[in-house]
This record gives sequence, structure tokens and C-alpha cells, in this order.
Amino acid sequence: MPVESVFPRLEPLLPRVRKPIQYVGGEVGSVVKDWDAADVRWALCYPDAYEVGLPNQGIQILYEVLNERDGVLAERTYTVWPDLEGLMRETGLPQFTVDAHRPVSAFDVLGVSFATEMAYTNLLTVLDLAGIPLFSSERSVAHPLVIAGGHAAFNPEPIADFLDVVVLGDGEQAVLAITDLIRGWKRAGQPGGRDGLLLKLATVAYVPRFYDVSYHSDGRISKIVPNRSGVPATVSKYTVMDLDAWPYPRAPIVPVAETVHERYSVEIFRGCTRGCRFCQAGMITRPVRERSITTIGSMVAAGVAASGFDEVGLLSLSSADHSEINEIAVDLADCYEGTNVGLSLPSTRVDAFNVTLADELSRNGRRSGLTFAPEGGSERLRKVINKMVTEEDLIRTVTTAYASGWRQVKLYFMCGLPTETDADVLAIAQLARRVIAAGRAAAGRRDIRCTVSIGGFVPKPHTPFQWAAQCEPEVVDARLRALGGALRADRAYGKAIGYRYHDGRPGQIEGLLSRGDRRVGGVILAAWRDGARFDGWSEHFSYERWQRSAESALVGEPVDLAWYTTRERDYSEVLPWDHLDAGLDRDWLWQDWQDSIAPEGAAEVEDCRWTPCYECGVCPAMGTEIQVGPTGVRLDGRRLLPVVVGR
Amino acid sequence: MPEPDLRRPNPRLAQLPAVQHLVVRYAKRGKMRFASHRDVARAFERGVRRAGLPIAYSAGFSPHPKISYAGGAPTGVASEAEYLSIALTVRQAETQVCQRLDAALPDGIDVIDVTEETSGAPKGGLEASEWRVVLPGVRPAAAEQAVASFLTLGEAPVERLTDKGVRCLDARAAVVEMNVIDADEIAADPDGGQRAAMTGHEDCTIIRMVVLHTAPAVRPEDILTALRDGNGIAASSPPLTTRLAQGSRALLTGETGS
Repeated sequence: MPVESVFPRLEPLLPRVRKPIQYVGGEVGSVVKDWDAADVRWALCYPDAYEVGLPNQGIQILYEVLNERDGVLAERTYTVWPDLEGLMRETGLPQFTVDAHRPVSAFDVLGVSFATEMAYTNLLTVLDLAGIPLFSSERSVAHPLVIAGGHAAFNPEPIADFLDVVVLGDGEQAVLAITDLIRGWKRAGQPGGRDGLLLKLATVAYVPRFYDVSYHSDGRISKIVPNRSGVPATVSKYTVMDLDAWPYPRAPIVPVAETVHERYSVEIFRGCTRGCRFCQAGMITRPVRERSITTIGSMVAAGVAASGFDEVGLLSLSSADHSEINEIAVDLADCYEGTNVGLSLPSTRVDAFNVTLADELSRNGRRSGLTFAPEGGSERLRKVINKMVTEEDLIRTVTTAYASGWRQVKLYFMCGLPTETDADVLAIAQLARRVIAAGRAAAGRRDIRCTVSIGGFVPKPHTPFQWAAQCEPEVVDARLRALGGALRADRAYGKAIGYRYHDGRPGQIEGLLSRGDRRVGGVILAAWRDGARFDGWSEHFSYERWQRSAESALVGEPVDLAWYTTRERDYSEVLPWDHLDAGLDRDWLWQDWQDSIAPEGAAEVEDCRWTPCYECGVCPAMGTEIQVGPTGVRLDGRRLLPVVVGR
Repeated sequence: MPEPDLRRPNPRLAQLPAVQHLVVRYAKRGKMRFASHRDVARAFERGVRRAGLPIAYSAGFSPHPKISYAGGAPTGVASEAEYLSIALTVRQAETQVCQRLDAALPDGIDVIDVTEETSGAPKGGLEASEWRVVLPGVRPAAAEQAVASFLTLGEAPVERLTDKGVRCLDARAAVVEMNVIDADEIAADPDGGQRAAMTGHEDCTIIRMVVLHTAPAVRPEDILTALRDGNGIAASSPPLTTRLAQGSRALLTGETGS
């Protein structure tokens, strides 16, 4: 039976909401497939506003991977803003997809991609508007399976009760494995009902309800164990090997509405082994897998032609670390010379940036923002976090940038890192002044700027800092205030240095959601019922609401907000995500944590791409290996199509 | 040593000169009526690149495709007669541009016609627009009365909330023609028919009007505000407004002579 579009019911509401274009679909690159020709149907959800969710690479990749298959259909859905939510509740209009405006409840799967924990409350909005019971335990065979993925699903325990299935790691192969199991179960007449399907899925993904969590009387977890046979004790992440075999997105969705990233992005490698101890992405996406220069070239050529974007983003966790980044930048800049298409590297390490990149990124005249992230203000602190960037590296890099015509450089820092003192944070002011002084000398002019951007550090699961005490928000705020004063204090530099900061309180809630266990689910539900929406947006976030919700939901429990955030954990404590395997050896993580806080100063971990394996455990545990170039191949930069040229 | 000027034009960035100006008439239909002016502009900037048209770019450090837009229909309002002009660096056949550009744009932003105009502006100027407004929940008889009484007014002041605060406009002064379309025509009308089907036939009115482009602009919604305030006719759900034509006043009203 075809499912009817709800657009005729949505249309009269649209003149009454802000930016209605975000709800109508019809974008170039979007796909509407025949409902009845598909037997497995996915609604892919990015649980934030369309303007943030649309450019998300994960959703775009899975959308294409699924829609390319016969018999499979994928549409997209995003969290609606509160103005439309109110009208939908008034008129009984359900959560819909933007592609064909089908009700989400009609799909087999609601797949939700979490880039941040602050989107957990938006999941509840989506479920509720879709008419799907919030709790997994209350759903019947008629309801879609609610499947979560993405980085912020590596500890899904706080939302475990609301999810049916969780996928750890890369989604490309996982969604196809899940699709096959669903199809088989449907064709066989849905044996065992919903539980029957979940038992099958428990062999390829994490099914939270098949695990029981028990607690000690002091609140710590005693154990997490499967509660039925056939369910593995630990669940491993997915790792796509050979990115060249998965060249997605080929034809990205081109929004009509304004979105946060207006460019064709190609992931030039996945994973990072720089070993920054705070960085969850760098820990859970190992090993490094490069996409070859030839695949990057053909993806860019096809992607730009299909989309009409005028900017190409070379995406990864640290793009200048690609073994052939200079060749890629030179050849692509040659390729697009005179076409007004620009290149950008959204994530660039200070010590990997160089003159070639500076020239190529600015060849078309634009100098899209240059952002570097030293993260720590003092060299001592940068050793603690294993971000071994020296002050000289930084000065050399910004000098290169200013001399190449950039006027503005952004520097990112974190506040509240383990062992941090007031002096470490104040050192940022000193560093910023040196940057401006060096920049003025290099550029030969005074009107250059540097913006210091800083936010509170949140310890994340599956990192060496997963055991760390999160800094109290009051301490973070006091240090941020002191830094602001120090930056403004020197008149010779004050106007050249911009200052942006995020105060410490949202970070504490992010900390609660990041390292929480299943008891935090009650807090999320209470906050959502109390009106929490779009918690990642400062204008919607309310610390008081979360405090209230934590107090009411955890009443009678031996744990509270501080217990989850500012408490240091010890080696023996069972962590809520210990049964979820990113491949990292727990003892290696612990040793790295101990090394970072050693009284004699932190020990350095080098990058296994260039030094021998340091035994983080991922490759042997997951059966993977590092895949890096160089390939020695060049693109023919004089032609628009990247014809491959051997060197 | 003289200070290097980082803003000097980079010789590599020299843009090719425009050799052809084309006026594009396009429609904003269906779901795409919810696109704002800026949304439409973004779609065209990408559309010309997807279509592979040799679009001219502005000079400078942030080059932009040379596309200029005549005042677009407001967000939520459909149109069969929007205009923009594009400048090309290599001459192209008008019909080719029409086809390629239309194919490169999202469905609902549809290119209707492309004509070469050395001035880069539509022939005859855009002095007025013909609008069609479907008013669900309004009985044609009540609408007839409201329109007749509106047309006798000397002025019809209305207020509209803009980004710059409340603006006062004379809705009457801009209206050259206004009439209620026969009920029989409603069923024959694609948009009106659909909306009439939802609200019940006798409860739906279509008003046609010709409105001058004044400064500040009087929009159809301002005229509806005047009709509501003066005669109490109000739609039960948001009106569906479509710009049918744009051109000189004489062209739209069928007037001849000067």
C-alpha cells in the first residue's frame, strides 16, 4: 500500500513558520523512490535543524548507499523548530520526511545519526512527533526500529532505553547488513516478532535491551551482562577498509535553504592516530585509512559538476596529514584555476600546514577562514594532551598564513584540561600577542587579526581522559574571565585579538550525557518533558532546567550531576561503555592516562603512521591496518576532468 | 621598502568580460514557492554552474556570478513571472540557455523563457504585476462586496511589520484593477481547484488584481489586510497567492495609447 504524503496538511502551516523552505524537500540530488517497489525503508534522521543536518556527511553517504540498492528506499527527516512543532501538535501532523513527506512511523527503520550528545533531547521530539513510543520496551512490531549511530552513539547508555539498536563505527556496511536481516525477517513472515528481529540484529549490532546493568550500593556499575543466549558479551565497531571502494557522496544533496556548510565535501581520509588524548574522534575511528588522490580527484570533479557548489572541502580529522595533501591541493587548484571554485581544509594541524598549502588554498583569491587548534595555552599542557605543537611551530605557521595574505587566523583552545592551572590558560594571552607581533612583521602591516576561541573540555568515553574528573563549571568560567581580562589588558594588541568563549555550564551537561549510564535516561526524559529542545543552541539551552531534571530524576539514587561529571574514576570501575568495543586496549588507554598526568611531566605518544606501532590495540582487535600513501600518482590539473598521470 | 599591498588584484584573478546579457523569466511553483529571494539566488548561482554556462563573475577577492534579480515574489508566494538577468562571457543561443538552466534547477524553480536584452533589463520595464489570490473559506458574494467597496476608497492605509519596524502603506493607491473570478473558473484553475477541493467549493474565492510596483512596495498581503480590516473577509487558511505576469502597466491592464 502506498503511503500518502502529508504535504497537503503541512502546506497550510508553512506560511506561519520561520524559513519554511527547510521543510519542503525537492533539493537537487534528493531521491524519491516508489514506496511499493521497496521492501526495506529507512528514514534517516539528523536530530538537529535542517540547516545543520543537511550537510552532514554521514547522512548523505548512507542516503546514497541505501538508495542505490534495488528494493531499498531511504528518505531524510530532521528535527523541526519549536514553531512548527507547536503547529504539528495543534493539528496532529506527524513527523515527516522531507523527500516525499511520508510519515516516519510508516518506515521500517528510523536511523538517527548523533554527532553530539546535546541532540539527545531532539531524539525524543522526533520519536514523539512520529507517534513512536519513547521506550523501546513499549514498541510493537508495527513501529519502526529505532537505530542510532555516529560518534555520540559510542556510549549510547544514556539513551539506551529509547533505542532498539546501536551501530558502532562506520555505517556504510552496517546499514546494508541490517537491511539484509530486516528483509530476510520480513520475507520469512516476521518470525519471533520484534524480539525475533532484534535477536538477529544483536549479532551485527548492539541491542541495549538484551543487556542488564547492575549497580553497587555506592552507585558504581557492578556489571553489564547479556540477559539471553545468543547475545555477545561485547559488541565491536564497524570499520570500512578501502575508502576508494566507497566513494560517497557522489552526487550530494544541494539545499535550496541556507545551511551551515555550503560546499562539496570529500573525505580525504578517515581516522587519525595523532593521539590527542582528549579527542574521541581520533580514538574511535582508528586506523587511518586514506582515500587515494585519484579517487579524491574523480569525486571532486563529479561532485562539483553535480552540485554546482563553488567550494570544495577536503575533509578529515586533520586534513594536512594526508600523505599527498600538497599534490592534491596543487592539482585541484590547477584543475579549477579560472573557474572561481575554491578549496578549503576545514581541519588543519599547525605543524602540518605549509607554504604550498597556503598558496594553493588562496590561489583563486579567496582565503576562507584558517583555523588552528593548539588546544592548550602552555607547552606543558599541550604535552599533557599529547598535542605536541611547539610555540615555534605555531608562530611559523601563522607567519606563513599572514605572509600569504590571510588577515585573520582563528585559534581554538580548551579550558579545564587535566592538570590545568590558571597560568596555563593565561599563557594563551601571551601566545596570542606573539602571534600578532609575528604576523605584523610578516605581513608588513598592522591590520591583521587573530581570534581566540575557547570552550570547556568535556572528557569523552573511549579516550585516555575517560577516567578524568571534569573541571567544575565555576572554575572554567573564572579562568575564561581571567583570560578575557588578560587579552584586553595590553592596548598594543587588544584590538587585534578577538575573543570568543563558551561558558562552562553547557559543557557540564554535555559531560553528564557523554559519560552517563542508563540512569541518565531519566534525566533526559525529565528535561525533555520540561521543554528541553535544541540543547546544542545556546539560545535554547537552560542549565537550570537540566539541574532541576537531574535532581528530580536521580532522587533516591546515590548519584548526582557532580558524580557523573567532576568525579575521577579509578582503574577498576566498570565504565558504562566497557562492553562496547572500539578496539582500544583498555590497559593501553589507562597507561596513556597515567602517562599524561605523571608528576615528572607527560610522556609523548607518537603517530603510528610514522613510528612503530604503539599497541593501542585497534588493528589486531578489529582485523584492520593503516592504509596510507603516497601513491605517486598525479592528477592532470590542466584539465577539468582529473585524468591520471603517472609520475 | 614600500609596504606590500595584499589587496592588489591578482593577475590570475582577472575575470573575463561579459559579452551577452540575457533576461530570464522563471516560475516559482509548488513547494518552491516557500523559497525566499536569497534561496532562489543561491539556487541560480549553483544552477548556472551545474548547467556549465559561461557566467561572468564580478572582479575582486570575493568574485560573484553576475546575476541581477528584479524584485522577487515574497516567501510563500508562487509566481509565473519572475525575472533576472545573467551576463555571459561567451555568446550562447537563448533556447540552449533556457533548456540547460531549467534542467539544472530544482523542480519548481522553472525557467520559462530566455531573451537577449542589451540593457540587461526586461523589455518595457516592470511597472506592475498581475496577481491571483485564492482565499479559502471566503464566500464569493462577500468577496464581491468587499472588492467593490475597496475600489471606491480614496485610500486604504495598512500597517506591516518589517525588519525595520512598522511601516504604513496605502494599499488602495497601488491597485489598478481588482475583480473576483467566477466560481466556474475556480474548478478549471489548477491551484484554485485543489484548494477549493479542500475547503468546499462555495467557500473559496479567487481574486485577480493588478498592482503597481510602488516604493515602498505594496504586496498582495497588504491588500488582503485592507480587505480584511475594511470588510471583514478573512481566509480560513493561508491564502495561495501567485504572480501571473509582470510588465508595463499598459500591458497588464490592456490599456492602449500612452
